Amino acid sequence: MATATEVRETRAPTPTPAARSSRRRRRALTGWAFAAPFVAVFGVFLLLPVVASLVMSFTDMRSTDLRTPWAVEFAGLDNYARLLSDELLAKAAANTAIFVLFGVPLTMLVALAAANALNSGLIRLRAVFRVGFYLPVVTSIVAIAVIWRFLLDPEAGLVDDLLGLIGVDGPHWLGDPSTALGSIVVIAAWRNFGSLMVIFLAALQGIPQHLYEAATLDGAGRWQQFRHVTLPLLRPALLFGAVITGIGYLQLFEEPLVMTQGGPLQSTLSVSYHVYNQFGFGNYGYASAVSYVLFVAVVALSVVQFRLLGSRDD
Amino acid sequence: MTDRLARTALYAILIAGLLVVVGPFLWMLLSSFKPEAEIRSVPPTWWPQHWTLGNYGQLFDRLDFPRYFANSAIVALLVTAGNLLFCSLLGYALAKLDFPGRKALFLIVLGMLMVPGMVLFVPQFVLVSNLGLANSYAGLVLPFLAGPFGVFLMRQFLLQIPDDLIEAARVDGAGEWRVFWRIVLPLCKPALATLGILTFLASWNNFLWPLVVATTDDMYTLPVALALYSIGQNRIFYGLLLAGAVVVVLPVLIVFLVLQRHFMRGIATTGLK
Repeated sequence: MATATEVRETRAPTPTPAARSSRRRRRALTGWAFAAPFVAVFGVFLLLPVVASLVMSFTDMRSTDLRTPWAVEFAGLDNYARLLSDELLAKAAANTAIFVLFGVPLTMLVALAAANALNSGLIRLRAVFRVGFYLPVVTSIVAIAVIWRFLLDPEAGLVDDLLGLIGVDGPHWLGDPSTALGSIVVIAAWRNFGSLMVIFLAALQGIPQHLYEAATLDGAGRWQQFRHVTLPLLRPALLFGAVITGIGYLQLFEEPLVMTQGGPLQSTLSVSYHVYNQFGFGNYGYASAVSYVLFVAVVALSVVQFRLLGSRDD
Repeated sequence: MTDRLARTALYAILIAGLLVVVGPFLWMLLSSFKPEAEIRSVPPTWWPQHWTLGNYGQLFDRLDFPRYFANSAIVALLVTAGNLLFCSLLGYALAKLDFPGRKALFLIVLGMLMVPGMVLFVPQFVLVSNLGLANSYAGLVLPFLAGPFGVFLMRQFLLQIPDDLIEAARVDGAGEWRVFWRIVLPLCKPALATLGILTFLASWNNFLWPLVVATTDDMYTLPVALALYSIGQNRIFYGLLLAGAVVVVLPVLIVFLVLQRHFMRGIATTGLK
């Protein structure tokens, strides 16, 4: 990240006359001219909404105020006070914590195992496996919902049919509050591990082969090599993967929306979903406040992960 | 000997994994050719016993799928074109031009990568509604026209391009725009391909925004149409749903299989989805 940007413009007061300052002005103009189209769209449709969201979180804005946002009144910290007594939000926060706590390790483990298997010199047709494992990543969430709602159907679904072969009577996966959340965690891991796998695979291929040769000479077995050579060198990629996946699961929304609509009995309601519901009820101010709390949680989680997993030499 | 054992074990695990990941897609494809009754049969069938194209016919009879398909394509193409142009312009400025505020601008754009979609969602909707752009192509496209990810990708790529090349063109008297258009952009083809594919895909699969902004049938995109006609409804035409899912997945699948190298490189080098 910090490579070419290090070359800062020289602001030294220079005795050189007008020619030099006009050249500098022209350079500045050129730079901003190239930046302008992006900055215009970005400013209006991304930056302004982020700021507006913060402002809205201190107002009582409702959907009925849509055409007259200037007439909305400030509500101070009312929305944030309401957060504390919102039992649905507490439920959503607990569910979201489970998404993160179970989803991130599960996704990382599967991705790491797949990347290691594919990186082994013993395997041919690597591209077939790689492309296959990546397939769910490029698939529309709506199609994934269609597929899994069918597979998990308690009567005509293949999953329970297969379980029946070994004598297990499968539950109503998505329809039972005790299994719905777990099902969504597993489906999310199924959907997402492929992109992490590609990152890990690239990192694995960057490890110099001679390190393994040296380890073999020292008498290290496969597991010891993995433990003492692979894992330490993979650390930056693992950290990156944990942060990205953590942010993703903290915002998990589409899976429950299309598969369970947050149910049954709010067992799959997430914080993002709660924001969406509040938006749907027309509570724009309150929805913004909840979304900002989520924002803070995203930043906090990333910082904590960097602290826990990062090291000085990363 | 242990190598052979290890190899067999690895293959067994990988093939089992592949079945778990790709199997559901194959099952979806096969089932989309089954008649409605067979789809609901207990126990389920694996291979279709009576092949039919009826489910696909229903996409046209019951729903206006060509229209949704066209909407998805139009929105995705506009979003992709916008990102390619805007992000390469800013990426070039950030990597190769020196101007005051450059560093701050880069940090602001990068910082936006951390902002959860839900934070943007409500005010973006208020904004688009107030501009009178709800339920229009403009409303569907504008919020996605200039994403921070593309800038990051283009800047990282452009940093690797030697300054001498650009300097030489400048010395030859080419204006900055000409340098960008004639020298820099052609060199950026691999990065542009990656960004183009990733952006197109993200837009094609985008669900929440079009779900909220497209309010009438004629503005639905494919995922929205599929979701509204299926999910949460009790009376589901399973066959129709499966055929619809195939139509949503198939174009992406083809593009992905043809261009998968770009995908993998893009994800591996930038480390981002």
